[in-house]
Amino acid sequence: MSALATKALSQNESSVLADYGTQEFVTIYVADQILGVGVKEIQDVFAIQHLTPVPGAKREIAGILNLRGRIVTAIDARVKLGLPPRDDDAGFVGTMAVGVEYGGEAYGILVDRVGEVLRLKDSDFENNPINMDAKWKSISRGIYRLDGRLLMTIDIERLLGVKE
Amino acid sequence: MDELLAEFLTETNEFLETVDTQLVQFEADPTDSATLNNIFRLVHTIKGTCGFLGLPRLQFVAHAGETLLGKYRDGSLVATPDSVQLVLESIDRIKEILADLESTGAEPEGDDSELIGALERAAEGETVAPVAKKEAVKEPEPIKEHEPVQSNIPMTGNEGKWDADLGRHLKPGEVSLADLEAAFLAATVEEFPPKEEEEIVAIKPPEADRRSATTDRRVSARDDDDDAGARSASGVANQSIRVNVDVLEDLMNMVSELVLTRNQLMQMVRNSTNTEFKAPLQRLSSVTAELQDSVMKTRMQPVGSAWKKLPRIVRDAARDLGKKIDLVLDGEATELDRQVLELIKDPLTHMIRNSCDHAIETPDVRAAAGKPETGTIRLNAYHEGGHIVIELTDDGAGLNTARIRDKAIKNGLVSEEQAWIMPDAQIHRFIFAPGFSTAAAVTSMSGRGVGMDVVKTNIQLIGGEVDLVSTEGKGTKFFIKIPLTLAIVSALVVGEGNQRFAIPQLSVVELVSAGGTSEHRVETLNKARVLRLRDRLLPLMNLSEALGVENVKIKDEKTTQFVVVMQQSGMTFGIVVDEVFDTEEIVVKPLSSAVADAKSFSGATILGDGSVIMIIDPAAISKAVGETEDHSDEIEAKSKVEAAQQRDERTSLIIFRAGSPDPKAVPLGVVTRLEELDAATFEQSDGKTLVQYRGALMPIVPADSYASIRSEGAQPILVFTHNEHAIGLAVDEILDIVEEELDIEMSTDRGGTIGVAVIKGKATEIIDVGYHLTNSLGNWDEPAKKEEPRHIVLVEKNPFFRNLLSPLLKSAGYQVEAVDTVSAALICAEYRTPSIILADIDEDSESAKRLLTDERTNGAPVVALSGSSEANAEGFSALVKKSDRYGLISTIEYATKKGMAA
Repeated sequence: MSALATKALSQNESSVLADYGTQEFVTIYVADQILGVGVKEIQDVFAIQHLTPVPGAKREIAGILNLRGRIVTAIDARVKLGLPPRDDDAGFVGTMAVGVEYGGEAYGILVDRVGEVLRLKDSDFENNPINMDAKWKSISRGIYRLDGRLLMTIDIERLLGVKE
Repeated sequence: MDELLAEFLTETNEFLETVDTQLVQFEADPTDSATLNNIFRLVHTIKGTCGFLGLPRLQFVAHAGETLLGKYRDGSLVATPDSVQLVLESIDRIKEILADLESTGAEPEGDDSELIGALERAAEGETVAPVAKKEAVKEPEPIKEHEPVQSNIPMTGNEGKWDADLGRHLKPGEVSLADLEAAFLAATVEEFPPKEEEEIVAIKPPEADRRSATTDRRVSARDDDDDAGARSASGVANQSIRVNVDVLEDLMNMVSELVLTRNQLMQMVRNSTNTEFKAPLQRLSSVTAELQDSVMKTRMQPVGSAWKKLPRIVRDAARDLGKKIDLVLDGEATELDRQVLELIKDPLTHMIRNSCDHAIETPDVRAAAGKPETGTIRLNAYHEGGHIVIELTDDGAGLNTARIRDKAIKNGLVSEEQAWIMPDAQIHRFIFAPGFSTAAAVTSMSGRGVGMDVVKTNIQLIGGEVDLVSTEGKGTKFFIKIPLTLAIVSALVVGEGNQRFAIPQLSVVELVSAGGTSEHRVETLNKARVLRLRDRLLPLMNLSEALGVENVKIKDEKTTQFVVVMQQSGMTFGIVVDEVFDTEEIVVKPLSSAVADAKSFSGATILGDGSVIMIIDPAAISKAVGETEDHSDEIEAKSKVEAAQQRDERTSLIIFRAGSPDPKAVPLGVVTRLEELDAATFEQSDGKTLVQYRGALMPIVPADSYASIRSEGAQPILVFTHNEHAIGLAVDEILDIVEEELDIEMSTDRGGTIGVAVIKGKATEIIDVGYHLTNSLGNWDEPAKKEEPRHIVLVEKNPFFRNLLSPLLKSAGYQVEAVDTVSAALICAEYRTPSIILADIDEDSESAKRLLTDERTNGAPVVALSGSSEANAEGFSALVKKSDRYGLISTIEYATKKGMAA
């Protein structure tokens, strides 16, 4: 799956001029909501094999895991967005995660499904609607109008809880 | 900043640290020429390099310092504390300039002429002997000392040479660097080959060399010095290279990964039958282990490098405080991880300052206490089972137990009652409590509120422990136990729930199985579980509970459980886990900031099978165990009150057998000694059995009319004494000493027994000691025969002494009313006139004096109680020391008799 990010990156580089005024996002799905994360922010995408819970940590911390010798902190996007937990209670095994890095620390954001890479025009961007749920608003950068649906872009730093 | 300058800064900073240390050493022993040579060379190198790099301020300051040092070196001056102080000041100035240089990349503006002038005067003043006296920079003694030194040196040749040099030294700003270099090189050479004539020849070639060397690179300048000076040191220096710390850190991380990968491979091979990989893997394994060792070694530094600044700190502190302090460093070569070293530097410095400021007394106080005027602070480091132990010992005043106790009570760290029962060592540990400073005044050194708690926290942060032993008047010894390295720790892997956890081995004391059929029982006190382990009760908690997991299912006492006994912050407790796996060397990986609020963990690690487990932070667990105790505060307080009430009625009893198999008892308070005497030494006289005991004859009587005294072998004896008369009560066997509520349920008519009480579930006869005493000694104690038991009112604010004294008095046959205030005592006295009032005068002697004048006491004698035998007890009938139980009884006897007579 990390090839996806690489591909997106190379595309991005090769067509800098043509893509002026646009930005690329990886789409992720959490409980049918489509979300976007800046393609440059994503390190890799992986499936959870084994997750070690951390007693006493914040609720959205699903646990920590070993990703190629690095300790990665897994954050459950569902909990962070105040959505109901997943039906299958298999201890997150097989759940997809988007790997991001912040301040030298590795994080994995647990999502339901990872979609494709979208190039979105800046002209389609809107600020957060004022009546948006506070939990959502706290991690949203803004909204893109897609065909028939809305894509919320995620502020990774806020999602990780490192920036208020 | 260019590379050359950066390198210069690192190097010079290192030099300066060494110079600091060496100067202090030199000051202590001005005849130590090896040390002086070292200092001289270092300052010289700094100076040379500065000139090369075009840093005039540094150069002149260093030069002036060097000139003075040169005088010491050739013996024309002897170092005094003042002049060494001057050199130290110049070193400080160099440091200041360097700091600015580091941040701005350029030498700061400033005027050093005053300092340089002082240094020059110090150097010059002494050479011209008469001028020195006028200037009064030095005391006259150096001159006296300097003369014999001079006479040892070939006068004419050296003197002349120095004069020539001096001519140039005197004008530091006006001389070209090359000339200076040449002059100093000449000075260096001159010292070593002691023949005069050859020297002049010898100067020339190095001078030429030096010119080219200086323009080439300053490193070679240093080599020259090394060759000329310390030949021994040069070999080592050439074999080491500078490596950026980041490179080492990276290397360490990679090795850690390698170790983990190796572990994974080992695990896989272990599970498969395919043996093809076994041999190469074995080799990989051993190479990895060696690599790990070597890389660890690169991170190791002698602990002495963290101590370099200490001699200077101690010296300055001693000077500021007007004290004499020697700092002795031992085990400086003991190596530990760079990272750990960095982290203990500050706590250690703080502790040393504390010792200088608080522990070591001023010379006059020390002399008065019969100690040498110079105090000693000793720092010792050694390895102990994967840890480094640093001991900090001083021979100062020791901790003031009473003051710490008071402060602890005042700060609410401990209840008054507990504080008095606590052993001194535990009281001393309160100095590690936050905000705890007994220093009456804030000094520049310490007592600024940043106290030992910060030290302790810092040491605990790196998985270390700190403890102390202190004897008042003798000194204090601190122990700091720290892991050798932070990166790899030994840990015990345990299972709880479906998860595994690592507990650092440092805090694990032992593993026991408890409950069920095991010999260690688990008991429950209002939901709080405790483990009975070798006569100690340890608080017990499930690991999940301690980690804050809700709805923990707790196994009952009947099933066998694994208990990890842990020790942290002086507290020992048991943690129940489901499974215990193995001890493993684990690589500590830090947790991300998002998980930082899970306080129970200090990190995570990856096991051989690739799974991630959490590393438990023992400090957090001990806190969790402690907190549950806090939750049950109310209950505890209640049970405490109950316990206190019970204690009032409890009496210590000695249980024995005599005559019959049934147990018999006497109050322990009335027994003076327990003896076992050889029956062969017993003598018969006047129908009585006697024995020579402590230089007097002591009658021996059987404790029961049916019992007999042995005629051979060892005879256990309970010895009672009264008014210097002793009597031995022969018993068959001493069984136990218990603390029980003495409730005599049946009285007997039989002589010699008071009655029967239930003790430990058995009917036990309580022996009437008085009966036996009367029988064998006749009129041993007249007042005891009085019909009415005498009534005593005890006024003692401290519950500990109240509880201690009242059973003692009761056992001596008095009726005691123990109260905590004078007012309460007066009310008691009003209802029933006491034979005597015992009043504590330590707490509040003024109100105690009210007892003397208030008519409600009906003129009863008032005996003062004090902790000290020298207390002012004016007006009281007598003064008794609280701890003197025999003196107490006899004083009461005496005072009551006198009172009745009056």
